Amino acid sequence: MSARTAADIAVGEDLLHVDDISLSFGGVKAIQNISFNIVKGEIRAIIGPNGAGKTSMLNVINGFYHPQEGTITFLGEERRKMRPYRAASQGISRTFQNVALFTGMSTLDNIMAGRSLKMHRNFFWQMFRYGPALNEEIEHRRAVEEIIDFLEIEHIRKTPVGQLPYGLQKRVELGRALAAEPSLLLLDEPMAGMNLEEKEDMSRFVIDVNQQFGTTIALIEHDMGVVMDLADRIVVMDYGKKIADGMPKDVQSDQNVIDAYLGVAH
Amino acid sequence: MFYREAGQYKTSYKADQAIFPIFQDRMAIVFYLLVAFVAIPYFGSDFFITSMMIPFLIFSLAAIGLNILVGYTGQISLGTGAFMGVGAYACYKMTSIFPDVNIIILIISSGIFSAAVGMIFGLPSLRIKGFYLVVTTLAAQFFLEWCFIRVPWLYNYNDSGAIEVPQREALGVIVTGASATPTTRYLIVLAIVVAMTWVASNIIHGRIGRSWMMIRDMDIAAELMGIRPLYAKLSAFAVSSFYCGVAGAMMVFFWLGAAEVESFDVNHSFLILFMVVIGGLGSLVGSFLGAAFIWILPVILRAIPDTIGLDINAATVEHINFMIIGGLIIFFLIVEPHGLARLWALAKQKLRVWPFPY
Repeated sequence: MSARTAADIAVGEDLLHVDDISLSFGGVKAIQNISFNIVKGEIRAIIGPNGAGKTSMLNVINGFYHPQEGTITFLGEERRKMRPYRAASQGISRTFQNVALFTGMSTLDNIMAGRSLKMHRNFFWQMFRYGPALNEEIEHRRAVEEIIDFLEIEHIRKTPVGQLPYGLQKRVELGRALAAEPSLLLLDEPMAGMNLEEKEDMSRFVIDVNQQFGTTIALIEHDMGVVMDLADRIVVMDYGKKIADGMPKDVQSDQNVIDAYLGVAH
Repeated sequence: MFYREAGQYKTSYKADQAIFPIFQDRMAIVFYLLVAFVAIPYFGSDFFITSMMIPFLIFSLAAIGLNILVGYTGQISLGTGAFMGVGAYACYKMTSIFPDVNIIILIISSGIFSAAVGMIFGLPSLRIKGFYLVVTTLAAQFFLEWCFIRVPWLYNYNDSGAIEVPQREALGVIVTGASATPTTRYLIVLAIVVAMTWVASNIIHGRIGRSWMMIRDMDIAAELMGIRPLYAKLSAFAVSSFYCGVAGAMMVFFWLGAAEVESFDVNHSFLILFMVVIGGLGSLVGSFLGAAFIWILPVILRAIPDTIGLDINAATVEHINFMIIGGLIIFFLIVEPHGLARLWALAKQKLRVWPFPY
């Protein structure tokens, strides 16, 4: 097991490689023999009609589902099974299709929660909230404030996230994922249910994250316009199979993709 | 009008991350502490101290313990009574074996035993949630009650099956047993409760408390962000049971003076759970408010007929009491399902913007 970190991998090299993954739930074959790679520094989109297995694919990548066959290589380490917290500690972070924020906590606490893995002060110091524990808290507050500035959510810092409108919740969720300073960020439909303006804002944040922080992003999205503009490369899935993989313009003109989206006469 | 944060600018994250960022809140805490430490011991009657303040503080501590588990971590438990019992019996055994060790140290360390027991009975929470978890903690309740009856070693093989608090001194002052003065007992209980509340608040506002709340609000997301459910849940069970254990030990040593298994039965678990629910889940203030509502209010209501000279017999007073308390519980839960703590927070919010509505 090579203990590589994301910094050891040059831009353009494989950050993540999934090889021949198959996942089934009983008789339902959610994913069948899928292989693709994600290279460092790119925005990789995964698209496909409903039920194509896109979200299952993300769940496999961050260890929530365990595929029956195939391997995943992340940072040069090959694996099939992994607990989600292990994936998180290796630098995979994600947002969810249905907003999965910690509703009882404020925006600030949600984003602080995203930094849980970076905080290590033990129980003893925590008990007294003094010395190292307090310093750590303040140091991470500073990092969180940078994310809050970046996402322009200063005004809702202390608001419980349950009270926020949907668009802002999605933004806070992105902030929470960013707080972990991931090397691979998985976004599951970040623009679902948004109006045009909110989509444009979110697209700008996705591009900024990619360019300013150099974060590699894997993105699931249904809005073709957004996907074609944002993504460097696209994987197209249908019925659990990969039907196309390539640059946006190649995918757009691929006959299999057109058939999958528009249907074919039988 | 006087409760304003306007003009209180924070210039550092340290000031903003403080537990009471508003000046008036800090002053209020100082005021409450002065009342509790100076005014009540000085002016309070023995009746007020022994049958209201001491049990109120002890129940508050137990409610904080249960609130850590139910309100902050989202794991429902009905084993509180038994965990308090573990603390009480552990303290009793320790002081029998080491009579010379300071009783206050023993009371605090008895929490360690209940924390260990709590962790063992917390193991099912890794697999099951909600009502099913309630049933397994109920099993803890019955199993431990059985132990308190069937393991005579726990009560030193005495015939009554009860534990009698021996007389103990700390720093030359008699603190337990019949000859300890109510004021002494009250001050010790108060000091322990204040210290432990402060610690609870620190834990909750830090990394560990956040990991509990993450598990409560969205356990899947928490796991995907690197929280290990095993650590988060078991640490919540341990801390919660620690608090309950210390509360149980104090209940016997500083309030009841003697106890048997009935003192730790399932009704007791329910009582603490009601305090937590009425006070407010996930709120330390709520734990105190809930304990006050359930414990102090009935005592006051019971005393009213005597004070105003009404001649009603005791049984009737007791019945009316039940009706009033029951009615109030329903009223408060309809007005504010999130408990008294939410009402308290709303009142503070209103005060902050007064005289404007928002």
